[in-house]
Amino acid sequence: MALDELKIGGMGASRRRVEDNRFIRGKGRYIDDVVLPGMLHMEILRSPVAHARIKSIDTSAAWEVPGVRLVMTGETLAARNLAWMPTLSYDTQAVMATDKVRFQGQEVAAVIADDPYIAKDACSRIVVEYEQLPPIVNPEQAASPDAPLVRDDKVNQTTNKIFDWEIGDKEATDRAFAEADVVSTIDLHYPRSHPSPLETCGSIADYDRATGKLTVYMTSQAPHIIRAAVAMVAELPEQMIRVISPDLGGGFGNKVPVYPGYVISILASILTEHPVKWVEDRSSNLISTGFGRDIYLQGQLALRKDGKILGMRMHTISDHGAFYADAQPTKFKIGLMHSTFAAYDVPAAHLTSVGWYTNKAPGGVAYRCSFRVTEAMFFQERMIHAAANDLGMDQAEFRRVNLVKDDQFPYRTAFGFLTDSGQYGKCLDIALDAIGYANFKQEQEEARKRGKLLGIGISTMTEPLGAGNSREYDIIGIKMFDSAELRVHMTGKAILRTGAKTQGQGHETTWAQIVAHELGIPAEDIVVEEGDTDTAPFGMGTYASRSTPVAGAAVAMVSRKIRAKARKIAAHLLEVSEEDIEWELGRFYVRGNHERGVTIQDCALAAYSNVPDGLEPGLENNAYYDPPNLTWPFAAYVCKVEVDPETGVWDVLKFVAVDDCGVRINPMIVEGQIMGGLTEAYAMASMQYITFDEEGNCIGSNFMDYLLPTSWETPGFELHEVVTPCPHHPIGAKGIGECATVGGPAAFVNAVMNAIEHTGVRNVDMPLMPNRVYEALQTGLDVSGAPPVKGD
Amino acid sequence: MTSLYEVIPDAPGEGVPTRRVTITVNGEKKTLDIEPRLLLAHLIRQGLQLTGTHVGCDTTGCGACTVLINGRPAKSCTVLAVQADGREVETVEGLASAQQLDPIQEGFKEEHGLQCGFCTPGMMLAAKALLQRNPNPTEDDVRWALSGNICRCTGYQNIVKAVLWAADKMREQ
Repeated sequence: MALDELKIGGMGASRRRVEDNRFIRGKGRYIDDVVLPGMLHMEILRSPVAHARIKSIDTSAAWEVPGVRLVMTGETLAARNLAWMPTLSYDTQAVMATDKVRFQGQEVAAVIADDPYIAKDACSRIVVEYEQLPPIVNPEQAASPDAPLVRDDKVNQTTNKIFDWEIGDKEATDRAFAEADVVSTIDLHYPRSHPSPLETCGSIADYDRATGKLTVYMTSQAPHIIRAAVAMVAELPEQMIRVISPDLGGGFGNKVPVYPGYVISILASILTEHPVKWVEDRSSNLISTGFGRDIYLQGQLALRKDGKILGMRMHTISDHGAFYADAQPTKFKIGLMHSTFAAYDVPAAHLTSVGWYTNKAPGGVAYRCSFRVTEAMFFQERMIHAAANDLGMDQAEFRRVNLVKDDQFPYRTAFGFLTDSGQYGKCLDIALDAIGYANFKQEQEEARKRGKLLGIGISTMTEPLGAGNSREYDIIGIKMFDSAELRVHMTGKAILRTGAKTQGQGHETTWAQIVAHELGIPAEDIVVEEGDTDTAPFGMGTYASRSTPVAGAAVAMVSRKIRAKARKIAAHLLEVSEEDIEWELGRFYVRGNHERGVTIQDCALAAYSNVPDGLEPGLENNAYYDPPNLTWPFAAYVCKVEVDPETGVWDVLKFVAVDDCGVRINPMIVEGQIMGGLTEAYAMASMQYITFDEEGNCIGSNFMDYLLPTSWETPGFELHEVVTPCPHHPIGAKGIGECATVGGPAAFVNAVMNAIEHTGVRNVDMPLMPNRVYEALQTGLDVSGAPPVKGD
Repeated sequence: MTSLYEVIPDAPGEGVPTRRVTITVNGEKKTLDIEPRLLLAHLIRQGLQLTGTHVGCDTTGCGACTVLINGRPAKSCTVLAVQADGREVETVEGLASAQQLDPIQEGFKEEHGLQCGFCTPGMMLAAKALLQRNPNPTEDDVRWALSGNICRCTGYQNIVKAVLWAADKMREQ
């Protein structure tokens, strides 16, 4: 008889997580928990200044510290052609500085010693003489005609510009603006923000001279790409490289790039013939690893009096730091910024982008977002907010007029994306209802009379999650598909491996649910493994909310291949032709005779013990899935705040989130992703502040300066769901991990702005720290957060 | 144990000052010769190989390294191991018995109070200290008690529910 899917932990079950069993016992195995025999420890000496020529490095005192095995400088690497490495965006990045340092925190030397205390001691004895150069800390300085050249190492680089890029139809957009009744403008800075997973980055390189094999344990969200990159950089044969990404203590995009520390630890292992461990301290993580954002967003909307959007113009100016090292799809220099306004019916749009080198750590990583969509959607919802105000229209009504309607799908956006499904209006209505929008204006008026400032902010958006398809999406030429491999053992239990890499998303739990849904094997009978390039099939890893859209689809597809073979075996066992076999969850039976059947477990046993003539034994397969399109989840976030006019402090009174991510594999985990994402959205909107002074010093290089919200500050979130299945995904799912981080910030900011914009202020840049809100209230003027800030 | 890192046999011993300490960890008494500058977190993680205590920030900012010293939560990344001399330390490994999880551990799993798991041991120990002094906490009590611990994945709502779940269960027992 067909199985009850929820009882076997299939789709839709809020199955408790398998990985929790080790984590709650403190038995996770994170990078710093891995100990290899004879392992040495590496510490990196970093530049204290942002821009300087290195005049000399004296390592002699470091060598004298007992327990020191090796001291490395840029010269050590240069002698092996490893001082520079390619980035994931066709740029180059210094592994260790040879000529000059280009940001504060850049790698200058490294010590390998018997323990990390000794390595740190010895690092402090290295003497580096710097000749300081003027630092560049924002794009405006970078663009100045007399700006010093950050990348004087590059032969054809005569300015600090990295790229000029554009997309859209300029003429059609110009025509739309010519016809507009009202033109609304906005000018924003989305500040640098650091993803700060609670575990920092690190690696353990273990080169075995006897076998020629290099094993690297590494905090990587994309271990398979790293294997390819190491093969190219270190010129080692790829089959002799094994990258293992162990349990990751969060990622959020911070663990996508290839960091110099990884490469240095590999060379250190080759030179010392010992395993070498490198684990960053928090300060190193904050000042040297992948930042997100740091982009200026300027836009205009052409509007008709009745509220219809006729056209959209956008210009972005991005600060990438000293090396263009963020992973973006090759074709799209500024990621998927052109997904902006995808939820709205906009006839004409044009986007221009320019990227700059500065003397800051490499930035622009997708911090819990799909290639710049966080910036795209923040811009969109701040622009919408400003436009509604300029038209004198209600925020919700203006959105209703312009959101893509249910009967418009599939909808081709002005920038060429195809959004395929959604119920945008329904989501918005549920959110407004839950927050009590109908009575809010009256409530706000009455509160103002009592000296209280209330505000409500809306953010509605769809975003492109799950790159590829491979026609359009690749990273350094590697196409963006993903993979799964399933082996069903003869007792009907199974092991599943994928090319993705979980960092808290719960793949060990949810992938098994997909297999259970497709095959009727109970989820608890399926083990899931990821992150070891010697055992898992090649995949592009986990970021950009791509696991469920791509690897999750591969899991469904490989399960279907297994079922197709099991059907042949079932026909053999039941002695009927394959055409006479029917499937129900967990079981094949003879058409017209429901009693006569065999279970999937019977078929598994037969695959190894009673195979029909002409059929290969065994029951295993793999699937590489190249999605036909991105998935397009929708979210409506509405936030209600109260601002204290005396202090500028604001409190969230209520926050409602309505998410439509299609079919939910595990509702508990989906809700966990949304709540976590909303917390990061709140963090960016309210307090995560990491900036630079005129000297290029990073302000916010530890958790006492770079504030992350705790349980005390973080508001509660009320969640609702709408389900519009994805039409092209095998199980109807869409990405969800990043929706809340992407769409959330604008809801908070719009709410605070709504509370204070009666003073005339149009924009306060994030984070909306009380001093900024207070300043806006006092002056009625916009408050910019762009660097540099005044140093001490 | 005569060096910082027990696993390294030839670590420099000569000229390095050491001090003898006796610390009870999860009920087991350990007498160790350690460098006075050794941090408690490192002693626990490397010296005693109890790697459930995580280090996230090095500056008392994140709470991943929280352990209980004589029953009180302490961030072991900024406690010198010598300061724990003569005291009792409890780590995440001491929460469950061989047969039985602590209700706090059960609560975290039941209410989806963790994602990557890195902050979880510190969260659970901070929660344990709370529930020992206040078996019937309000949501605000829990939020305040955990406000020294940062989580980047889960977003607190479920963590708070997990602790309240555990409080309920402990009161029933």
